[in-house]
Amino acid sequence: MHEMMVAENLLAVISDEAAKRNVKPIGAKISCGKLYAINDEALCFAFEAIAKGTDCEGLKLEIEHKPIQGRCIKCDETFSVDLSSPKCSKCGSDDFELLPDAPLLLEEIEF
Amino acid sequence: MQKVDVGKKILSANEEYAFKNARFLTEHEILCLNMISSPGSGKTTILTRTINELKDKIKIGVIEGDIQTDLDAKRIRATKAPVIQINTDGACHLSAAQVDKALRKLPMDDLDLIFIENVGNLVCPSAFELGEAGKMVVLSVAEGDDKPVKYPSIFAKSKVLLINKIDLLAAGAQGDFDIERVKADARKLNKGIEIFPISAKTGEGMTNWYKWLIKSARKNSV
Repeated sequence: MHEMMVAENLLAVISDEAAKRNVKPIGAKISCGKLYAINDEALCFAFEAIAKGTDCEGLKLEIEHKPIQGRCIKCDETFSVDLSSPKCSKCGSDDFELLPDAPLLLEEIEF
Repeated sequence: MQKVDVGKKILSANEEYAFKNARFLTEHEILCLNMISSPGSGKTTILTRTINELKDKIKIGVIEGDIQTDLDAKRIRATKAPVIQINTDGACHLSAAQVDKALRKLPMDDLDLIFIENVGNLVCPSAFELGEAGKMVVLSVAEGDDKPVKYPSIFAKSKVLLINKIDLLAAGAQGDFDIERVKADARKLNKGIEIFPISAKTGEGMTNWYKWLIKSARKNSV
């Protein structure tokens, strides 16, 4: 349930950005790499709970999960890694390196 | 209704502390490993044995993360190694700010290596950087050989995998645990991962782990 700490940080960032623009946020779009193992339901639940009584109460969250990227050692292809069957999408080799996971980003605020 | 692009890192507060911790550790030439596993995999037993057997070679300090109690810190304290206990009061992982506070209580000038024993959990701790040089994952054979496939994140991010409790394999108690499958699945996600099958109880396999640890502590990188 690390979603609670993510929600706390997210609330702080959204509140901060909204205050700078002097707006009341009604929605936010975030993105994160799959290795963050964020569960949408848990994050929305945690956010809803801690946003009560703040300017972000009722804010709708949209979460985009960015696929894990790998680079094939054999053919140099960069591809989205399917963790259930990790291999290069072009040549099928399982000789690849994982690229760094996409960060947890607040992409956009709607108001 | 309007939209604005923000593009701001959500965990930047944690990352700032992690960066500060990494710098503090580097200034003191201390190697720091963030130890992650399920509860009961044997993290504390690995640490007490490692500390006792490497006493004359490297000076080790420990930060203990637990939801509650100081049971693990007491076990570390018995080895005479410096230890700081953090209680997260329900949180399933340590944060970099908590580690910052703990580092300031350790005798930094007198250490070569710090282990952060994270809260027992194979998922959440892997998402939070603490300022460590590398993560290490411990999997005990009692947990089953499918864990790298089921919990890929921590196996993908770790520099080292310790497969603990291999004495159970020899005893025939875990006959269906395929150690080669674990190694292959972990390496599929992470080509460079170092893997050491060990028993912290009997001492089997510990020598190779110690060699790697001493070498890494001396060059201060993993």
